[in-house]
Amino acid sequence: MNIYRNKKVAILFMLPALVFVILFIYYPIIQNFIYSLYRWSSFSEVKVFVGFDYYKRLLSDPIFYIALKNNALYAIISIVFQVGVGMILAAVLEEKIMRRYQTFFRTVYFMPSVISITVVGLLFQLVYNPNIGLLNAFLKVVGLETLTHDWLGRSDTAMFAIIATSQWQYIGYIMLLFLVAIQKIPEELYESAMIDGANAIQKFIHVTIPQIKETILVTSIITIIGAFKVFDEVYVMTAGGPGRSTEVLASYMYRAGFRNDEMGYAATIATVIFLITFIVTLIQLKVSKEKNEA
Amino acid sequence: MNKEHNGLSKFIFMFVFLLLITYSVIIIYPLLWMIISGFKTNQELFLEPWGLPAKLLWSNYKSAWDVGVGKFFVNSLFVTSVSVTVTLFISACCAFPLSRYEFKGQNIFLLIIIGGMMLAPQVSLISLYKLLQRLKIYNTYWALIIPYIAFRIPFTTFLIRSYMLSLPREIEDSAYIDGCTSWRLFWNIILPMCKPIMATSALLAAMSVWNEFMFALVFIEDSTLRTIPVGIMNLRSTLSTNWTILLAALTISALPMIILFIVFQKQFVRGITQGGVKG
Repeated sequence: MNIYRNKKVAILFMLPALVFVILFIYYPIIQNFIYSLYRWSSFSEVKVFVGFDYYKRLLSDPIFYIALKNNALYAIISIVFQVGVGMILAAVLEEKIMRRYQTFFRTVYFMPSVISITVVGLLFQLVYNPNIGLLNAFLKVVGLETLTHDWLGRSDTAMFAIIATSQWQYIGYIMLLFLVAIQKIPEELYESAMIDGANAIQKFIHVTIPQIKETILVTSIITIIGAFKVFDEVYVMTAGGPGRSTEVLASYMYRAGFRNDEMGYAATIATVIFLITFIVTLIQLKVSKEKNEA
Repeated sequence: MNKEHNGLSKFIFMFVFLLLITYSVIIIYPLLWMIISGFKTNQELFLEPWGLPAKLLWSNYKSAWDVGVGKFFVNSLFVTSVSVTVTLFISACCAFPLSRYEFKGQNIFLLIIIGGMMLAPQVSLISLYKLLQRLKIYNTYWALIIPYIAFRIPFTTFLIRSYMLSLPREIEDSAYIDGCTSWRLFWNIILPMCKPIMATSALLAAMSVWNEFMFALVFIEDSTLRTIPVGIMNLRSTLSTNWTILLAALTISALPMIILFIVFQKQFVRGITQGGVKG
């Protein structure tokens, strides 16, 4: 239709979206990089050009490495639980014998991911609370009193306690993505595997996994990116403490910018978050492109 | 199938089923505990964290509401409804030419819009903070609404565009012959057909805006303008050890999304599985 060839009208339709996206998503990213080259504080107009000094400082900053390590830990544990357990749960719920109950389990498992991280974080602060918390109370009931612990108050367990909360919240989310992927696998593949005498586990390894490779990749990437930009959970539950033991990149950025008023340094940390998430995204695009061409 | 085999698979089924139930309990129990503890006295919570309250203390919910949750709730309602409405309108407008028109550079426009999905809000926190100050909207509702709209547009446009691509074109063709303008084609013919995906997009956008924390923490200073996630975070220090009122506040904050999810589960699932992006 000729009406669909009018480029001016097309651009007019897209204009509001373009303005929003360019002004409030792309421009701030570039601006952030420029900000990282200056020393400045939030309430003064003075900016001193320092070049890449903040990047050099970051590379020799021990807190930066603590944060990086915590983000990496977050990513690894989340891949095991969200992608690994999520995938297995989805496969189990798609077994013929379980399908009758699927809606119930799906609803329950997914539910935590619609709740705000603040609510979940504050709730788990109470669950982990050494005095009134459910976790210690549970451990006492089952006779594991020696394991009771101030989970968020001790630097050796705090990071794991936060990560565990995140798994509780998001396994069901990733599971849902796998459920849909598994539902798309043609039934014939399972039927011929059955004829070959495969049991449920063999079917899972030889039919299901190869068919959902793409979803495994995508969910792993989502999980890694999520782990490297995590902020809310940490800020709500420990704000980086005790000490600096649960600091992650985003919480360190927040502390540098809004607590220590070193906006340039905060922008430097933001650039690192950008680089990491961007590189991971590029890897995903490249891998899925190669797959499509193959 | 012989009997022995049958018995074994029944046993495995029961075992797996038990595991699934256990995991359900792990998910539901803390949420139930949150709701029930919100009805308790602080003393009951201390002495018997597992037990049921002697009588339902609705006053906890009342106190939570009065101490600030009510105000935050109204703020969240306002910010969410404006953000979602504007996001939907702008995204649908943008998806229309991207799914129907043929023009040079179309793919570049598509890339600019959809590419926004790859960029983490965390990276823009510092510069957006500064930008909002310069625009003189820092510490107003708009300091949240505008960034929320911007960061929801890419995904919402993506969802609506895929849906528009799947729609049949016969109706538009005849409308075009009738001399319909492009705006009326969009507004009177295509948009009404997009109702299902608009509902899905609205739900997902509402969920992400209602729950957003980081921008709400940094771009608002005034406690009377706070939305729920940051508001209840501050309540924690105000209430200090009034745990049960805090738990009531958490329940009030979580319930709208839980109810929306249970009622509109189908729409949620459709959107999430199409996009596959988190948060």
